[in-house]
Amino acid sequence: MSDFIPTGIHLVYLAATSLFIVGLKKLGSPATARNGNIMAGIGMLLAVLVTLLDQQVLNYQMILLGVVIGTVIGTLAAYKVKMTQMPQMVGLLNGLGGSASALVAVAEFWRLLGESQTIPLDSSISILLDVLIGGVTFSGSVIAFAKLQGIMSGSPITFPLQQLINVSLLASYIFGGFFLLTAPHNLPIFLSMVLVSLVLGIMLVIPIGGGDMPVVISLLNSFSGLAASAAGFVVMNNMLIISGALVGASGLILTEIMCKAMNRSLFSVLFSAFGTSSSSSGNLDVTS
Amino acid sequence: MLITETLITALFIFVLAAFVGFEVINKVPPTLHTPLMSGSNAISGITVLGAILASGAKEWNISVILGLVAVVLATINVVSGFLVTDRMLQMFKKKEVKT
Repeated sequence: MSDFIPTGIHLVYLAATSLFIVGLKKLGSPATARNGNIMAGIGMLLAVLVTLLDQQVLNYQMILLGVVIGTVIGTLAAYKVKMTQMPQMVGLLNGLGGSASALVAVAEFWRLLGESQTIPLDSSISILLDVLIGGVTFSGSVIAFAKLQGIMSGSPITFPLQQLINVSLLASYIFGGFFLLTAPHNLPIFLSMVLVSLVLGIMLVIPIGGGDMPVVISLLNSFSGLAASAAGFVVMNNMLIISGALVGASGLILTEIMCKAMNRSLFSVLFSAFGTSSSSSGNLDVTS
Repeated sequence: MLITETLITALFIFVLAAFVGFEVINKVPPTLHTPLMSGSNAISGITVLGAILASGAKEWNISVILGLVAVVLATINVVSGFLVTDRMLQMFKKKEVKT
């Protein structure tokens, strides 16, 4: 009997992935959008329910409690938010997803450290990628939310050597990554890499102005998908890898479509606060 | 061997799924940009599965606690994401009926 459960889980995952793909497709057209969203929701419900049956999951009481708490908070937030606040709401939800993916990576790193002296190479690469993408998504989304909500100024924040600092932050992450691959038992290095990923997310979003924020949120949405996919590589779960890749790719296309609708390129949205292109795009910012 | 067969299979799945993601989105009308973003954002909350698997162990330790926090955060992402998308899409429907 127990042999059937793993097979059953995978078959339900297959059904859920199909629901996600059809749901996403339907979300792109006005007549079918609502159905598409409901289909994706059903897919998610199925996926969560069968995952609770996984033999790896032993303390399902605590997990169910977590799901209930999340459902209550999520429902309240969804009905309290005003229609005009939707972009920042999506931004905030992106951040939650990204941080959850990063936490999965940190949790798995901790578990592997406790279990053995060495961490397999493919696990550690997945974990480091997940922490980077998830961390950037989290802190970037929080800044995007703060800008749109008016908690911080919506205008671009720039300072000298900003891009040089960004590049060196990324370089230090990669350097730290290589160091951890050879000596994984270095917790301070790992934790400072988590910190670097968070700072990178902030640095990516602060130079972007208010009118361009929806594009950035769409890009961060794509990132949150990639983070979920990276989490899938960490726990080796096909459902996560596929859904994350779906969101990552479709989010990127959507970002591109949104840029075109504003007559901008993604590059100019992300980097227009630096250098020469800012003057040429300034008038477009006002209208958008 | 540097890279295991499992990882190669996972990479195949990732790349193929990404192509599906690229193909699934085309010619979206501007009014649907935000709902589509919000809907796909809810799907990215699938990371809740990873969180459930990471917090599955019976004994209490840091991994399990981090996993449970991730379960809560990802569930908020999922539930709120789908509900908010539905609210937005409902609004479009009412507008169409009126006009």
